[in-house]
Amino acid sequence: MQIFFEQLINGLTIGSFYALIALGYSMVYGVLKLINFAHGDFFTLGSYLGYTVLVFGSAFLTLHFGLWGGLIVAMMVAAVSLAVVGIIVERLAYRPVYPAGRLPAVVSALGASIFLQNLIMVIWGPRFQAYPTAVIPNIHMQLGGIHFTMLQVLILVMSFFLMGGLYYIVQKTTFGAAIRATALDRDTTALMGININKVILFVFTLGPALGAITGIMVGMYYRQISFTMGWNYGLKAFTASVLGGIGNIPGAMVGGLILGVLEMFGAAYISAAWKDVFVFLILILVLIFRPTGLLGEKQADKV
Amino acid sequence: MDTIGPSKTHTIFGLNKTTLVLIFGAVCVFPFVASNYIIDVAFFFGIYALLGLSLNIVLGEVGLFDLGHAGFYAIGAYTTAILNTRYGIPILVLLPISAVAAGLFAYLVCSPIIHLQGDYLLIVTLGMGEIVRIALINNPFDLTGGPNGVYGIDFPSLGGPFVIDSSIEYYFLIWIVVGLSIWGLIRLQNSRIGRAWNYIREDEIAAKASGIDVKFYKLLAFILGAALAGVAGNLYASKLMCVSPESFTFWESCLMFCIVLIGGMGSIPGVIIGAAFISLFPEVFRPFAMYRMLVFGMAMILMMMYRPGGAWPRKRGAVSFKSLLGGAESRDV
Repeated sequence: MQIFFEQLINGLTIGSFYALIALGYSMVYGVLKLINFAHGDFFTLGSYLGYTVLVFGSAFLTLHFGLWGGLIVAMMVAAVSLAVVGIIVERLAYRPVYPAGRLPAVVSALGASIFLQNLIMVIWGPRFQAYPTAVIPNIHMQLGGIHFTMLQVLILVMSFFLMGGLYYIVQKTTFGAAIRATALDRDTTALMGININKVILFVFTLGPALGAITGIMVGMYYRQISFTMGWNYGLKAFTASVLGGIGNIPGAMVGGLILGVLEMFGAAYISAAWKDVFVFLILILVLIFRPTGLLGEKQADKV
Repeated sequence: MDTIGPSKTHTIFGLNKTTLVLIFGAVCVFPFVASNYIIDVAFFFGIYALLGLSLNIVLGEVGLFDLGHAGFYAIGAYTTAILNTRYGIPILVLLPISAVAAGLFAYLVCSPIIHLQGDYLLIVTLGMGEIVRIALINNPFDLTGGPNGVYGIDFPSLGGPFVIDSSIEYYFLIWIVVGLSIWGLIRLQNSRIGRAWNYIREDEIAAKASGIDVKFYKLLAFILGAALAGVAGNLYASKLMCVSPESFTFWESCLMFCIVLIGGMGSIPGVIIGAAFISLFPEVFRPFAMYRMLVFGMAMILMMMYRPGGAWPRKRGAVSFKSLLGGAESRDV
């Protein structure tokens, strides 16, 4: 039972990474029906920017804001920068391609992904970078025989607040209603007087910003980052968003958490080497029986 | 009377006879004037052309999103590698066997998922490709050699004294296979099967309503596409003499996807151009060193901005008035 709960905590930690990245995929997909392959690289870029702020600004930040303040400043810098990068990429790489249909946009997204990945390699170098670990004290905790670290608690609490905030915006505010309406039917929504460009701008600001914050959390959790890591996390997060029902925002959160927990249980109880096979098999099984994901609504064929 | 009767001018891809002869001549003469390095580059261009053609059947002709095509390619390569190194079966004998193995694999894994639509099919094929790759790394039944892969694969031969062992011979082998595939695919495009495929791509519900067995034709596309990818895997394995899981990543599937879309969906000459772009671009831009992939990414975006239908989009088939009178069909491919 002790292993079960520890793996559950590990799984939820990783799952919240997947969920936060998956939100970016899902929001963009909902509004534009575009699989934004560059999203994984937004996440990596955010991680590297946070790294630079933490390493080069460490003395200044700790002096003026304290340990925790420094971390928050790093996250804010990364989030704001990535929001800007997200808008730039949308304007330069995606907007000119929209009229051509969905598939050219996929190639354009892959091109943007290659570009960003190599940009990161050119700037920071191809080697692994060790994340500054001094920011968060490495405190181990114990509760009823279950071991976990303070970092995990921090990550879980933060992800909870970020996801809760997004959930609130999307489900409870008027602007959120506009986003959901756009996801349902873009043309009709535009006819109802909603500015679709604002909605697109919103998803391309918030998605990358969430990705950047996740990037910093991943860096602190694993203590090293590499320029190719966006590809792996992107793949898993995209899987998570499909598992939950792509385009559906609560679905992305649920899908991410389930994927993380499944991965950790697969590693603990089945085999660490086969854990990804286990995850993909579950995904395929879910899609065979629920072809639009766990929370996705069944859509009637349009003739 | 010349005006009535089937049109006599035979054109392929809208190119006339002279151009076709010139292209054929250039392909034949090229290896005798180029260095071994360039011939090898041309060999890998051929591999990508074959892979592009194979994905084109699934993605271009039927419009099924398949992002796990590297899985079929891997099955072909590993079938060749394992049967050749364990039982010494000659490579060229294994060529059809690899195709059958990859096709059979496609039949088994695609049957249960063939009803999925669009992006859900995409993620499932992606997962399938990843499962194949991870399975190869984990060395099931001690067959695949784990992360190191299988090495010591023979040169291609039929078991007799004739062995293909130089760059030029490899070059001719791959381009003969590509040529034969193109010939077969043109025949397929103009057949009942090709028309059914295009019908499904344009409007699946209408196709179903007209009595086309959509599941059968989709599955057929997957099987044929996988078989052709298996052939590419066979030649790739014998050229490199070793296969390892890192050659069959998700990235490879993405490249094939890009080949088809950069060239033009369903367009055979387009796919060749797409393959040239993907395989030759990094070679040509080698002087840029670490910046070359940066340029590559930008080039992909620019291609899609200025030629969203692909470099050589497929023309819609049309029946001319002249040929209608003659009762025969002339289709422009």
